Amino acid sequence: MGEWLLFYAFSLVAILASALVIGQRNPMYSVLLLVASFGASAGLYVQLDAPFVAVTQIIVYAGAVMVLFLYVVMLLNQPREDASEWDRTHPLRRPGLARLGAILAALLVVELGWALVRSGTLGAFTGDTSSLASVRTIGQVMFSDYVFAFEATSVLILAALVGGVYLAHREGSR
Amino acid sequence: MMVDQVVIPALKILIVLNAVLVGVTFMVLLERKVIAWTQARLGPMRVGPYGVLQPIADVVKLMTKEDITPVKADRWVFSVAPLIALIPALIVFAVIPFGPEVSLFGRQVALYITDLNVGLLYVVSVASIGVYGIILAGWASNSKFPLLASLRASAQLISYEVAVTMTLVSMIVSAGTLSMVGIVNAQESQQVWYLFVQPLAFFIFFVGGLAETNRAPFDMPEAEQELTGGFHTEYSGMRFALFFLAEYANMIVVSAVATTLFLGGWLRPFPNVAALSFLDLVPAWCWFLAKTFVFLYIFLWVRATLPRYRYDQLMRLGWKVLIPLAIANVVVSGLVKVLL
Repeated sequence: MGEWLLFYAFSLVAILASALVIGQRNPMYSVLLLVASFGASAGLYVQLDAPFVAVTQIIVYAGAVMVLFLYVVMLLNQPREDASEWDRTHPLRRPGLARLGAILAALLVVELGWALVRSGTLGAFTGDTSSLASVRTIGQVMFSDYVFAFEATSVLILAALVGGVYLAHREGSR
Repeated sequence: MMVDQVVIPALKILIVLNAVLVGVTFMVLLERKVIAWTQARLGPMRVGPYGVLQPIADVVKLMTKEDITPVKADRWVFSVAPLIALIPALIVFAVIPFGPEVSLFGRQVALYITDLNVGLLYVVSVASIGVYGIILAGWASNSKFPLLASLRASAQLISYEVAVTMTLVSMIVSAGTLSMVGIVNAQESQQVWYLFVQPLAFFIFFVGGLAETNRAPFDMPEAEQELTGGFHTEYSGMRFALFFLAEYANMIVVSAVATTLFLGGWLRPFPNVAALSFLDLVPAWCWFLAKTFVFLYIFLWVRATLPRYRYDQLMRLGWKVLIPLAIANVVVSGLVKVLL
C-alpha cells in the first residue's frame, strides 16, 4: 500500500516536472524542474532495490551535471525566450533547427506509444534482484565483461577534458 | 510490528532532528564564547548566567524580525532557496551511526536511523545537493554581492568536493564496505582507528570539510570586507536563520562523518585493551558525541586562529595540492590493500 503510494508520488513528480521543463519561459526554472525530475527518478530506483543507482543518479546528474547547467544559464544573464514571435508559426513550418525539434518531438511520441503497446507483452523481470544491483556486482561486471566500454568511455571523457581546457585557454590568451 | 516499523523510526528522527537544531543554537553561543576567550574578551554575558540563554534570545529575535523580499528578487526561488540549503544538511543524519544496537525497555534498538548499504555514497550525494541552496540564493536575490558570493561558494564547494570524495574512496578501500555502521565495525575488527591508517585522507577530509562548510580560513563566500554579507546578504529574519542553521548543521555533519570514518565512531578509546574496560561505563553514544565535539571545537579554534585565504590561493590549494594528494592516496591505499 505504502509502496504503491510512493511509486505514484515519485512517478507523478517525475512526469510533471519533465513536462514542465519544456514549458518554461525562464531557463532557470527549466533547470530546477529537471533536477526535481532526476530526484524523483532516483526515488523510483530506490523502490526498485537499486540504491546504488539512485545515489549515483543524484551525485552525477543532480549534483554535478545540473550544477554546471545552472552555472551556464545563470551566467548567460537569464535570457527569456521570446514568446510572441514563435507562437505565430506552426512548429512544422518553422525554419531550420526549430523544425527538427518538432520532428524529434513527434518521433518521441511515436516511440512512447510503441513502448506502451509493447509493455503489455513483456513480462516483469523475475529473479533475484537484490544481488543484481549491489555495488560489488556492478563493480565486478564493469571491470570484467564491460571493461573495454568502461576504458573507452574514460578515454572519451579525457579527450573532452583536454578539448575543454584547450578551448578555454585559447579564449583567455586572445 | 507497527511499533518497530513506524513508531521507533519516527521517534528516532524526532530526537535526532531536535538534538541537531538545539545543538546548532548552542553551537553559535559556543563559537562566540570560544572566539571571545581567544581574543581575551568575555563574549555574551547578559542573557542568563554567563550568557547561556543567549541562543534562546537569538532565536526569538530572528523569528520576530521582519522578513523582507527584495522587489527585484525572483520570489519563488528566493523563498525556496533557504529550504534547499537546510534540508540536505538535516537528512544526512539519517545514516550517521550514533551508537550500536542497544536494548532499551526490553527492545533491541539501533542507535542510528538507518543503515544504508551505500551509506557513504548517500552522504556524498546529499552533500552535492546542498550547493543548490547557495547558488539559487545568490541568483534569486538579483543583487551583485550575493551573486558574486554564491559563485565563489559554489566554485569552492565543487572543487573541494572532488578531493573529499577521493579521500572517501580510499576509506572504502580500507574498510571494504560503504555502510557507515560497517565502517565502524571494520575499525573495531581491525583494532585501529582509521585516523592512524589513513592520516593523509584525514587531513584532506578535514581541510575539505572546512572549505565545504564555508568556514574560516576558507570563508571567502562570506568575506565581509569584500561582499558585505555573502550569498545571504538580501535575506533577513527567519529565512536568514535557515541559512545560519544550514551552515552550522553542516559543521556538525562534517564532524560526525569524520568521527565515524576516522575516530572509530561510537567505539571507546582502545576497545581491544581489556584493562580499560571501565570506560564502557560511559554509553557508546556519549563517546560519539564527545568525539564529534572535539571536531566542532577544532572548527572554532581554526576560525579564531587562522586568517582568511585569498581566493586564488584557495583554488590553487584545492586543485593543485589536495586533489593530486587525494588521488595519490587512493592509489597507495589500493596498492597496500592488494599487496599486503
